[in-house]
Amino acid sequence: MLQIDLWKRVLIWLICAAGILLALPNAFYTRVEQANDARAALEVGQDSPELRARAAQWPEWLPSGLVNLGLDLRGGAHLLAEVRVADVFEARMESFWPEVRDALRPERAVIGTIRLLPSEKPDELRVRIGNPDGMDRAIQVVRGLARPVQSLTAAGANDIDVRAEGDTLVITLTEAEKQAVTDRTVRQALEIIRRRIDEVGTREPTIQRQGTDRILIQVPGIGSAAELKEIIGTTARLTFNPVVSRTTNPNVRAGAGQKVLPAMDEEGVYYVIQAAPVVTGEDLVDAQPSFDQNGRPAVTFRFDTSGARRFGDYTRDNIGSPFAIVLDDEVISAPVIQSHIPGGSGIITGRFTIEESTNLAVLLRAGALPAGLNFLEERTIGPELGQDSIEAGKIATVVAFVAVLVFMVLSYGLFGIFANVSLALNIALIFGLLSLIGATLTLPGIAGIVLTVGMAVDANVLIYERIREELRTAKGPARAIELGYEKALSAILDANITTLITAVILFAMGSGPVRGFAITLGLGIVTSVFTAIYVTRLLIVMWFDRRRPKTIEV
Amino acid sequence: MKLKLVPEQTSFDFFSRWKLWLGISGFMIVLALISFGVRGLNYGIDFRGGTTIRIESTQPVDVGAYRDALAPLGLGDIVISEVFDPTFGPDENVAMIRIQAQEGEEAATADLTRKVEKALKSVSPDLRIVSVESVGPKVSGELIQTAIIAVLLSIAAVLVYIWLRFEWQFAVGAVLALVHDVTLTIGIFSEIQLKFDLAIIAALLTIVGYSLNDTVVVFDRVRENLRKYKQKPLKEVLNLSINETLSRTLMTSVTTLIALVSLYLLGGDVIRGFVFAMIWGVIVGTYSSIFVASAILLWLGVKRDWSKPSNTAGNQFANVDA
Repeated sequence: MLQIDLWKRVLIWLICAAGILLALPNAFYTRVEQANDARAALEVGQDSPELRARAAQWPEWLPSGLVNLGLDLRGGAHLLAEVRVADVFEARMESFWPEVRDALRPERAVIGTIRLLPSEKPDELRVRIGNPDGMDRAIQVVRGLARPVQSLTAAGANDIDVRAEGDTLVITLTEAEKQAVTDRTVRQALEIIRRRIDEVGTREPTIQRQGTDRILIQVPGIGSAAELKEIIGTTARLTFNPVVSRTTNPNVRAGAGQKVLPAMDEEGVYYVIQAAPVVTGEDLVDAQPSFDQNGRPAVTFRFDTSGARRFGDYTRDNIGSPFAIVLDDEVISAPVIQSHIPGGSGIITGRFTIEESTNLAVLLRAGALPAGLNFLEERTIGPELGQDSIEAGKIATVVAFVAVLVFMVLSYGLFGIFANVSLALNIALIFGLLSLIGATLTLPGIAGIVLTVGMAVDANVLIYERIREELRTAKGPARAIELGYEKALSAILDANITTLITAVILFAMGSGPVRGFAITLGLGIVTSVFTAIYVTRLLIVMWFDRRRPKTIEV
Repeated sequence: MKLKLVPEQTSFDFFSRWKLWLGISGFMIVLALISFGVRGLNYGIDFRGGTTIRIESTQPVDVGAYRDALAPLGLGDIVISEVFDPTFGPDENVAMIRIQAQEGEEAATADLTRKVEKALKSVSPDLRIVSVESVGPKVSGELIQTAIIAVLLSIAAVLVYIWLRFEWQFAVGAVLALVHDVTLTIGIFSEIQLKFDLAIIAALLTIVGYSLNDTVVVFDRVRENLRKYKQKPLKEVLNLSINETLSRTLMTSVTTLIALVSLYLLGGDVIRGFVFAMIWGVIVGTYSSIFVASAILLWLGVKRDWSKPSNTAGNQFANVDA
């Protein structure tokens, strides 16, 4: 008959109590969040009475896990960037050309003239040789330049492939090398982006690699992604190059090893510079925003020892000639060297705003990106919109909850109250689980909870309707309840497993907010089956044991 | 006195005109497909790429003035729509601006946002940009692909599950009901040109889950009654099963709709399209589990003799009493 073992009863209540306890911090969200932050600060060594007071806002013995709020609720920026790895391939092949040329030159007697042809693919070098009969020799020589790929997985593979197409020697990067380069580049980019965001100092950014060449960046709590994007997206390759000449003609021919670059501030002005830099941003150890002697925003910097030496030597030998400070292929300024600069520190002046000089300093400190970024996706949600969504979601959930409670009591009377208790526990369990696994609550996630409120009673409805039916066939109330549970079970499980299947697929295929929906829906299904099968049943059994009613009304 | 949605015992004849019901459903599906073919879906930026900017101002939204202000920027196709919502305060005026994907760019540049903000501020100076969402063509293509795979995969998974637990006729009935629900939902979105984005795909999958939930409960009862009444014609068994579960079907639909309607009215405009899809799906799904799934079962017929062991793949799982 209606029997539930004591250990089962205890276990059921324990699970419910644990759920409530784990869900509790979310009811005092701001307070717990402040306390957690303060505790984290205390742990890393900061200390102040204020911090201690904040940490004491929430007792330490209580769980303090919170549901993470998604970007659509808290506000913030979500960026999906693609690292332009092809740029690195291109640079790689460009720098490989002199090597190939130098290796082939001594062989000119066999292979004839050598000439670099334009190539459509970035990872390819096409070289035409004057005497096609010497092709075998040429291939042999260039193959001699191949190096093993530097990676753990591709041990033994070489970095280049060499083949002949008629009179053209085609040199390409191997797949193994491309993979290794991609991997290295993306990891570097990830690291640089992390440093840059840390420099700006926002809380809990998420920076992860996605797929082979993508990086996902989520920064909660910031209002404008534009600034963030400028900080992340700028390559920030800083070089100091000797200036050859200054011109207003953009089509001026640059000599070998020279480049024509536009000036950043002066429209229509171009500089011809030596492509090989004297020093680069990699030689910097520090950069700070400051002001020049005229009070205009500027950036001061300091070189490391070897950078300082090269910079010092160069300035000593070239007093009176200009040198260019180049940032991402634009000349910021081209001052004339007034005197020997031995200390290894200097100042970059230009037409900066204070904001720009601050950003530039951040970028220089964090280092240059190994390749440019394309932003594939951007979602920025203002914190107020997020707050509005939370408020609206809260109200909607409460109204839905109360409406369903009333409806259940109207329909099932006392048994409706039992179902309502388990519905309330159900919501506590969902929040408890969300906090426990550190899941992220999004706006569709709130919709998932509201939907669960509506659907969670389904299992109870199935059971109650079944009990009603069984009562009609005039068995005793205890037997009717038992049969009701027994016979409704297969329908409940089948129905919920199918919904769970779709929730799992949503979770696996979706991203961001949609995934948040899949999580709450999936957890809601699991908890609603638990509360309907165990909690409601326990409540009914306890009530039944006490009252021993001759007839029941469902 | 308790609230009863349906009388204690009902004996509606759901199948006297089952061919008519199937015909109506088929006709609706054709209508939905025509609408989809002719009008097409109003894809959000998730699927077509581009940028949406949500702006808020204390001054009334002037779509014409905004359009004029943005025209000189040469951004191509721009759609500006005012957003109304009962949860907004009295001087909270919200508009959404959708800008097509810009030539040669993936997501919006910081520059674009700034230009748009500047242009709009010339119309209403206190205007603020509260959210910017931008998806490049590359990602939107992938998103479409993933969405289609997700919907197909969930339907396939369900087909297999029901086939294992029941028999193939049940699985076909359930899946055709799902196809019916999904098609009609897509149909209404193309007919009233509601924005169709990633969230709607989530709603579609939820509809799949919900409608299935309903269908499975009916089927579970059909299976039980088929074993109980071995001699009754299938039509009567189906009718009996639906009548027996009718109260539950309506109770659950009503509680779910109560929750969804409160979310629709109070949950803010951001998820309104999503909730609309689900409300529609619950109604269509409830209808389809009776008039499509069961009618198809009637049409296909079911193996009645459960006494002999069968070699259909489903049986060994079908008898697992959960």
